[in-house]
Amino acid sequence: MSEALSMGNYGAFVWSSYALTAAVVIICFWQGRRRHKAIVHNIRQRIRAMESEG
Amino acid sequence: MWKFLHKLASPPYFYDLSASMIPWFAVPGVLLIAYGTYAGLFLAPPDYQQGDAFRIIYVHVPAAYLSMMAYMVMAVAAGIGLIWRIKLAHAVSAAAAPIGAWFTFLALITGSIWGKPMWGTWWEWGDPRLTSQLIMLFIYFGYMALRAAIDDPGKADKASAVLAMVGAVNIPIIHFSVEWWSSLHQGATIVREGGPAMPPEMLYPLLANILGFTLIFGALLLGRVRSEVLFRERRSRWVRKLLLAEQGKE
Repeated sequence: MSEALSMGNYGAFVWSSYALTAAVVIICFWQGRRRHKAIVHNIRQRIRAMESEG
Repeated sequence: MWKFLHKLASPPYFYDLSASMIPWFAVPGVLLIAYGTYAGLFLAPPDYQQGDAFRIIYVHVPAAYLSMMAYMVMAVAAGIGLIWRIKLAHAVSAAAAPIGAWFTFLALITGSIWGKPMWGTWWEWGDPRLTSQLIMLFIYFGYMALRAAIDDPGKADKASAVLAMVGAVNIPIIHFSVEWWSSLHQGATIVREGGPAMPPEMLYPLLANILGFTLIFGALLLGRVRSEVLFRERRSRWVRKLLLAEQGKE
């Protein structure tokens, strides 16, 4: 286990690269979802505003 | 074929179809990355020169590959949108940019982390591969800033499409930079004369990760194109109907 963590003394370099990769994929996913939700929310608000105006 | 493409370019049809396509990209993508990452970290033997530090290749190369592929998708879609005036193509182009920018950033940063123990430096300004990759990040930023700066969506599509296509000149420069000029960066590993420079137990995890990340990119791109389509069609009847129907379900 500690051998896997140390990665022949390159552990800090190897593991930080993998952690950053995971972070970027998660951010990409999360950003896309947030934008989608914001767009849906805005369109719904507009529909509601239009309906209340008649 | 043409009939299908024509139908695909219709926003409501695309919006519907793409939702069912996302899992077909995401699930195999995650499985391939799970295998590639595990095998790359624990099963592949250490490199005889670089030891375990070489394992960064399993995230660095897919990121670098995707940074260029996303750019190609962005530029080709921009071209299609410009020539055939297909709005969906512009939506694809706009959706590819932020994902491409993130992977370009990732390629630069993982490259830098790999460079420190191997070259003794985080960054080398004179290096052609590093510099051309950094320029690509700036082109992505320029593309997104240009889009954000123009209010009229039609004009934003056209102006940014021209920028994306002109910036594509940088892609072959990045690719061949390690051959054209002297560079700290190592040459090609997989596609090169004489076959891949790796034994199979090192190569397969890398190929799995490249394919896996490409599939994940496909899933992320489809998701973003759907948002883009929804935004562009926000005043249309089908979007209104769709959202009202969804609301009824909730």
